[in-house]
Amino acid sequence: MDRFTLLTAIAAPLNVANIDTDMIIPARFLKTIKRTGLGVSLFANIRYNADGSEKPDFVLNQPKYRKAEILVAGDNFGCGSSREHAPWALLDFGIRCVIAPGFADIFFNNCFKNGILPIALPEAVVAKLMEDAALGTNARLTVDLENQMVVRPDGSKIPFEVDPFRKHCLLNGLDDIGLTLEHTAAIAAYEAKIPAWQPKIHGA
Amino acid sequence: MARTLFDKIWDAHVVDRLEDGTCVLYIDRHLVHEVTSPQAFEGLRMAGRGVRRVDATIAVVDHNVPTDADRLKGINEPESKLQIETLEQNVKAFDVPYFPISDARQGIVHVIGPEQGISLPGMTIVCGDSHTSTHGAMGALAFGIGTSEVEHVLATQTLLQKPAKNMLVRVDGVLPAGCTGKDIVLAIIGKIGTAGGNGHVIEFAGEAIRALDMAGRLSVCNMSIEAGARAGLIAPDETTFAYVKGRPYAPQGADFDAAVAYWKTLPSDEGAQYDKVVVLDAAQIVPQVTWGTNPEAVIPVTGTVPNPADEADEAKRAQMERMLSYMALEPGQKIAGTPVDVVFIGSCTNSRIEDLRAAAAVAKGRHVAAGVRALVVPGSGLVKRQAEDEGVAQALIDAGFEWREAGCSMCLGMNPDKLTPGQRCASTSNRNFEGRQGPGGRTHLVSPAMAAAAAVTGVLTDVRELV
Repeated sequence: MDRFTLLTAIAAPLNVANIDTDMIIPARFLKTIKRTGLGVSLFANIRYNADGSEKPDFVLNQPKYRKAEILVAGDNFGCGSSREHAPWALLDFGIRCVIAPGFADIFFNNCFKNGILPIALPEAVVAKLMEDAALGTNARLTVDLENQMVVRPDGSKIPFEVDPFRKHCLLNGLDDIGLTLEHTAAIAAYEAKIPAWQPKIHGA
Repeated sequence: MARTLFDKIWDAHVVDRLEDGTCVLYIDRHLVHEVTSPQAFEGLRMAGRGVRRVDATIAVVDHNVPTDADRLKGINEPESKLQIETLEQNVKAFDVPYFPISDARQGIVHVIGPEQGISLPGMTIVCGDSHTSTHGAMGALAFGIGTSEVEHVLATQTLLQKPAKNMLVRVDGVLPAGCTGKDIVLAIIGKIGTAGGNGHVIEFAGEAIRALDMAGRLSVCNMSIEAGARAGLIAPDETTFAYVKGRPYAPQGADFDAAVAYWKTLPSDEGAQYDKVVVLDAAQIVPQVTWGTNPEAVIPVTGTVPNPADEADEAKRAQMERMLSYMALEPGQKIAGTPVDVVFIGSCTNSRIEDLRAAAAVAKGRHVAAGVRALVVPGSGLVKRQAEDEGVAQALIDAGFEWREAGCSMCLGMNPDKLTPGQRCASTSNRNFEGRQGPGGRTHLVSPAMAAAAAVTGVLTDVRELV
C-alpha cells in the first residue's frame, strides 16, 4: 500500500448525497480478478452515455477536474455494497482523498486498506470546501495527515479526526496482515479455548 | 455491568487489544464467493501465506452464475467464467470447502449459511459481501468486509476492528395480515433513513420481531445494511434453536445441548444500555413499496409518490427530483396501479422456502399478466428441491412464472438476468439503486407476496386485495 502523508491537489466537487457503490462502480465491472484497471469505469453510469461517449457535464469529465486527486462529496458517501472495487476504482483514477459529511462504514474502512484517506467533516465545512473545489485548477487543497489538517486555498486550516491506528498505517503504508501476524500466539491461545461443541466445516 | 447481545458476542471474540482500543477480533465463520475473493487469494500467494482455518471457511459461487437450466453445460460469458474458474482453482489450491453449481447445496451465500447450519448463534461471521448482515438473524455478529479484509481473515482468522455502537430497534405489537419481515424492515429504513444505522449494530427486538419465523428474521437483518448499520442482530430464542437443530453443520446430540445452554446466555441483559433507540408499532405497518432509488424512498402501497416541492432542504429536493425522473414517476401519483414489466422473486433477502410459499399462495389459481416477465429464483438448490416436492414450484409454473436455478440472479446485474433500460420491476431484492438490476432499470422493492400480486395484475398492487 502506498503511504499517505501530505497531498496538495485539485479537488473535484460532487455535491450529491448517498453516492452508492453501484454509482461508484457498477456491478458489471466487478468481474475482474485484478485490483487495477477500474479507473476507466469509475462512476460509469453517470460518467458515460449509453454509446460510451462522455457526458460533458459530469465533474470528472471536465478538463479542470481530470487530474483531481481529492473528491469533495455529499453525505453518506459509499453506501451500499462491500465491494472494494469502489476504492480501487477511485485510486486507479487517481483519487487519494475523499471529503464528505459522512461515509458508509464498510466503504470508509476499505479506503484505509488502499491508501485512500476518507475525511468526515461537518456539513457546513464541507460546503466551504465544495466552494473551493468549484474553483477548479485555480485552487488546490492540501491534506496534511501528520498534522490532521485540511488547508484551504486561502491558507485557513481545518482540523480533522482520524483513528490513530489507521493514521499510523496510512503514514507508513503498512500492511494490516503483517501487523496482525505479530499476534499469532494470542490467536493460537484463543483457538485452543474454542468450545468443543463448535463444529468444524469438513468435506464439503 | 448489563451488556447487550452485541457486547457479549464482541467480548467473547476479542483476541487482543491494541493501545488505541482497536481489537484483534476472532472470526468463527468465513463465507467466500467468486466476486470479492480472487484478489485476496492472489494476495496470499504473493506473500506466501496459507488459509489459517479451512475448517471455518466455506466457498460457493452465486453472483455470476446463470440461473437457466442449461448452465451445467458451461458458462458463456467469458469474464464470469473466468471468475468462477478462478475460485475453483483457489479452493483447490488452498483446500477450502466448496459447493460448486453441480451440488444441490449451491446457492446464495447468505441462504446456504443458515440452511446448512454453518451460521450459528453467538458466532462472528464475515463475507466479502455487505448482505452478510443477514446471518445476524441467527443471533450471530455478521458483517460484510472488503477484499483486503477477506485476505486478512483467510491469513489470520481475525480482523482488526473497533466496537460499533449499540442501537435498538423495537417493533411492538402484532404485524397485520399481508405484511412480512420485508415490510417491517422497509418501514424501519423509511423511518431512520439509509444512514440511520451508520456506526451502529442494530438489535431488532419486540413482539413483532419475536413472532417472525427465521425466514422473516433473515429478511429483516439482511437489509440492516440498507439502513447503514454495520450489522443487524436478533437474539436467539426457541425459534432459532428449533431452526438450527439437525442441520448438517450444526452441533449434534450432546454438543447441541451444550451449544443451546451457551446460546441462552446471549440475549441482552435487563437494563443494558443502547446509544440509540427507535420504536415502531407493527400494527401501523402496511405493505411497503419503494418509489425512488434508495431504500429509504419507501411508502405504503396505499400511498402516493411524494412531491419534491414539499421538501424544504434544497439538496434533498434535488435528489428527489432526480429519483422521480429516473423512476419515471409523477409527484402525487398513486403508487398502486403503476404498470410493471418484470417481477423478480429471489435474492438473499427473499428466496427461502417461506418466501416462495407466500408468492405461490398469491399466484395459485391466477396467471401472470400479459406482457409481464416473472422470474422465481430459489435461494439454493435445496430450497428449489423442497419447493418442487411441496408443489410450490408447480403452482408458480402453472401461473406462468419462470422457475429457475439458484443464484443471485436479477438482484445485481452481474449475470445474464438483467433489466433492460427503462424496464420497471417489482423486486423482492434489497437495493433499488440506479442501474442495480441492469443499466436504466427501475426497481420497486417489495415483499414476495406483493411481487406475486404485481405479477398477476401487471401493476403494483396491494396484496391484501387478493387474499
